[in-house]
Amino acid sequence: MAVKEYAGKMIELDADGNLANLNEWNEDVAKAVAVEEGIEALTERHWAVINYMRKEFSEKGDAPSIRKMTKESGVDTKELYALFPKGPAKKAARIAGLPKPKGCI
Amino acid sequence: MDEPIKKISIVVSKGSLDGIYPGLIMANGARMEGIEATLFFTFFGLHGVIDKKMDKIKVATVGNPAMCVPSAIGPGLPTWMGAIPGMSWFATGMMKKEMEKLDIPPVREFITMIHDAGCEIYACKATVDMFHLTKKDFCQEVDDIISVGQFYEKSVGSQIIFT
Repeated sequence: MAVKEYAGKMIELDADGNLANLNEWNEDVAKAVAVEEGIEALTERHWAVINYMRKEFSEKGDAPSIRKMTKESGVDTKELYALFPKGPAKKAARIAGLPKPKGCI
Repeated sequence: MDEPIKKISIVVSKGSLDGIYPGLIMANGARMEGIEATLFFTFFGLHGVIDKKMDKIKVATVGNPAMCVPSAIGPGLPTWMGAIPGMSWFATGMMKKEMEKLDIPPVREFITMIHDAGCEIYACKATVDMFHLTKKDFCQEVDDIISVGQFYEKSVGSQIIFT
């Protein structure tokens, strides 16, 4: 398993490059992963999505689909793609310290 | 390592529920992976974007030997039974219920979602003319009515998928 430094912490990654352990995540790690994903600064709107995803994951055990994100996070599809260009579900999950979403939608 | 797929163009040519959804799921999935996507609706596939038809898309039960009840591994439905009045309505209801469980939206919502995700949506000019339709007959997400030539122009660098 790969280990990489984020925000001064050595963090274990899974095969997709997402955090292997949910509890190693903190806001500074999120910011460092975001920079790697091409998002220089996380805004309040980014955090709304990230926090929603973490909450959903802790309750359901899987990252939410784009449809659920659109309906429940308070951020619509267009904005999701603007906030997390080239794959909102995948990128937001990675920044939120979650595994890659399994669903197709 | 092989180059990742960057751009796809999906042609939807069939107007049944099982004809339309695969194209929509693939287009949405492409956008989710950061792949550019274009949807081109032709022939009966146009029903997926015709305002008055898109909420009434049904599963084709006639001539479908893979039709099983109550699930895909259940006993096969004798093909002649697919022609019983109401069978398509019934099968559609069953399938929609299962799709909702998987968070697959109804056609109209799905089209909006895919369009908002940045996928371009086009209707085929030859079919539009043949069916005597105009731009007004389509849902607002349809960006334009284009010829097959324009479709190829827009698909430069794309992988084309025909469904």
